[in-house]
Amino acid sequence: MARLADVLPVPAGAGMARTLVERNYRSFRRTWTIIVSGFFEPVFYLFAMGVGVGALVGDVDAGDGRLVPYAVFVAPALLAASAMNGAVFDSTTNVFFKLKYAKLYDSVLATPLGPRDVAVGEITWALLRGLVYAAAFLLVATLAGAVTSWWAVLTLPAATLVGWAFASVGMAVATYMRTWADFDWLQLAILPMFLFSATFFPLSAYPAAVQGVVQATPLYHGVAMIRDLMLGQVTGGMAVHVGYLAVMGAVGTVWTGRRIERLLLR
Amino acid sequence: MAVEDRVGADVDVPVGPVARGGGWPAVTAHWFVRYRRMWFGTAVSSFLAPLLYLVGMGWGLGRLVDDGAGGAGGVPYLLFVAPGVLAATALQVAAGETTFSVMGSIKWDRTYHGMLSTPLAPVDVVVGHLVFVLVRVALASSVFLAVAAALGTVRSWWGVLAAPVAVLGGMAFAAWCYAYTARLETDRGITVLLRFVVMPLSLFSGTFFPVDQLPVWLQPVAWATPLWHTVEVCRALTLGVVEPWAVVGHLAFVTLWLVAGVVVAVRVLTRRMVV
Amino acid sequence: MTAGAAAPMIRARGLVKEFGSFTAVDGIDVDVMPGEAFGFLGPNGAGKSSTMRMIGCVSPPTAGELTVLGMDPRTHGAAIRARLGVVPQRDTLDEELTVEENIWVYGRYFGIPRAEVRRRAAELLDFAQLADRAGSVVEPLSGGMKRRLTIARGLVNSPSILLLDEPTTGLDPQARHVLWDRLFRLKREGVTLVLTTHYMDEAEQLCDRLVVMDHGRIVAEGSPRSLIAEHSTREVLELRLDTLDHAEHVGAVEGVAERVEVLPDRLLLYVDDGERAQSEVVRRGVEPVSALVRRSTLEDVFLHLTGRTLVD
Repeated sequence: MARLADVLPVPAGAGMARTLVERNYRSFRRTWTIIVSGFFEPVFYLFAMGVGVGALVGDVDAGDGRLVPYAVFVAPALLAASAMNGAVFDSTTNVFFKLKYAKLYDSVLATPLGPRDVAVGEITWALLRGLVYAAAFLLVATLAGAVTSWWAVLTLPAATLVGWAFASVGMAVATYMRTWADFDWLQLAILPMFLFSATFFPLSAYPAAVQGVVQATPLYHGVAMIRDLMLGQVTGGMAVHVGYLAVMGAVGTVWTGRRIERLLLR
Repeated sequence: MAVEDRVGADVDVPVGPVARGGGWPAVTAHWFVRYRRMWFGTAVSSFLAPLLYLVGMGWGLGRLVDDGAGGAGGVPYLLFVAPGVLAATALQVAAGETTFSVMGSIKWDRTYHGMLSTPLAPVDVVVGHLVFVLVRVALASSVFLAVAAALGTVRSWWGVLAAPVAVLGGMAFAAWCYAYTARLETDRGITVLLRFVVMPLSLFSGTFFPVDQLPVWLQPVAWATPLWHTVEVCRALTLGVVEPWAVVGHLAFVTLWLVAGVVVAVRVLTRRMVV
Repeated sequence: MTAGAAAPMIRARGLVKEFGSFTAVDGIDVDVMPGEAFGFLGPNGAGKSSTMRMIGCVSPPTAGELTVLGMDPRTHGAAIRARLGVVPQRDTLDEELTVEENIWVYGRYFGIPRAEVRRRAAELLDFAQLADRAGSVVEPLSGGMKRRLTIARGLVNSPSILLLDEPTTGLDPQARHVLWDRLFRLKREGVTLVLTTHYMDEAEQLCDRLVVMDHGRIVAEGSPRSLIAEHSTREVLELRLDTLDHAEHVGAVEGVAERVEVLPDRLLLYVDDGERAQSEVVRRGVEPVSALVRRSTLEDVFLHLTGRTLVD
């Protein structure tokens, strides 16, 4: 793994990213209430949408003409959206705070760890958290009757993939931020995706021209991928979703490492 | 330097207007000077986000609801949801302006300590802060209502009054957020408030669906919150189906929350700062 | 300066401050006279800040009498605060505002008219040597600049008394000297200064009169010079020996000094003539790694009164 990284055009590291993950885990043990509370957001949404709005909506077209109850339609989208929100929350606010105020990375980079370790370590941590959120949400959704296929087990790695894509790019973006006020701009990118990536209503509700725009956004692919898995409709189109998100994650990871290198090792 | 001889100064003669200080308007003025530098960022959270919710929920999800159940509460879903988002926006802006800024003024940059070393009293600090929040909430509510009206979601001239009602509901909540935050030692409690109170209130207070869709045991909880009453009145006003006594009852209840909240907030801040 | 007919600016009798079962200030008597620079010297936790907060009318006394400017803080807190300037231990500046905005905003708390506040802000920024930074946001300024701004801000109401709680803690030596210079000017203009410090050099430089506090009590009172004369000798001989425990060597220097204090890394010999004591020590065959003769300071006074050092 470390050797492969040495020949690739990625920033320097010592293959010691796990030590940073361990550090985050130790810090997490003191702030776990906060992080655990993040799990409730999608559950509240699932309840509001599935139970409250679902009664008004009835059945929805989930893609290829198959009609499903609204809760079944919206649950996978909420899983994908919470993977995005969780990843962005951790990788941007957290990394911004560590860079600007806690100066954590200055001391990390004074050890054998390199910028790649920082990037990989922070992103891995975001993914681990995302995985735990996803598992908890999947359990709740199953109990609520919103899961209909065994393929749904694969939504765990799928949610992790969504988390990777957003965490890595989000962390790179965080390195450009100057003040907390800049986070409002990030919100401006995240919120439309949350609302309009075929999360709460199907793609067919849009005019044809807008459909193309929606399909270009990363969360759309995350939602479509997880929805197909949860409904057990696995087709070749899945490869497109996975490919899109994997490329985004890889680009974001390298970008983040480069940025950390530029900011801290000048 | 204007600090000329005051050796053995007029020891027992209090100085005229200065002895009373600038009162709460001086505190409000402080928050506005601060806000001048950051209003642009808040435009996203206070103006754009609610409009995105209105369009996403009202128009997109609304098509499903109107197809499925022929609307909600007897009207197209967009008209149902617009006053809900209005009241929820007021609530969220109010919570946003009375949590981290209160904690920061007590613990981080400690500006409250500076204020209280002058003639100002805790009541000036609380009221001055809340008046600033009032203006912020009023701006956000008015802009939202104007755009919502332009989208055709307001059926009656009564709807103009929906903005002040939303502001009242927001302020009732702001006072309690203030009192809660003024007791906190760390900002973790704020995250808990936002996730376990603000978020569920925004979703379940009759904003996106009528509360009679909730399980029976949860409905009384919704009735107890100020947001549900605010939403009910805002919706009655924008749809033009006003029952005067119901409106008076709702508003009286929300006003009670506001008054009690301010009293508690002043007490909590006094106990926190004057030790 | 201390005696005379003028009424004291601050008067405390048996002043007590308790937090639950902890007694921070344990019955102190203080008189601060108009125009003097009065200091509270003591280590961290001695009760200095609690005393200052009571004088500043932001902390009600638990027991005892306190009058500030002839008024009772319990009933006339706002009227007293209107005539105080306060420089708290930790800055309370609004770091998101500019330097001059901080002064305007603060002046408005006192109800000073807008135009008047602006005029005073210009003067005060000159005084604080911050005029060229008037439009800068506070956050990135150096600690010394923020401190000077806090002092300028505290003067916006032309206070009768300026309260300074640890004014130079955390500043580098150069910034401290700039700050001291500003405080001297204020003193010359007749502002009554009340300050706390745990730096004996600061107390010696700035204070006409001071009290030494320890564990909430006043253990000595007087001018820096009189305190040294009363509680210490003229000179001190500091000996560093090649040993793990300096206490073992007290016997070897017995009789050389009026008094000997043992610190972890040296012996302090309190004497009137340091040079003579040093030759005596050498004559006795004690071979110090280093020896230093210096004047007694307030640090020595504190060590003598409490058996502890000021800064640990």
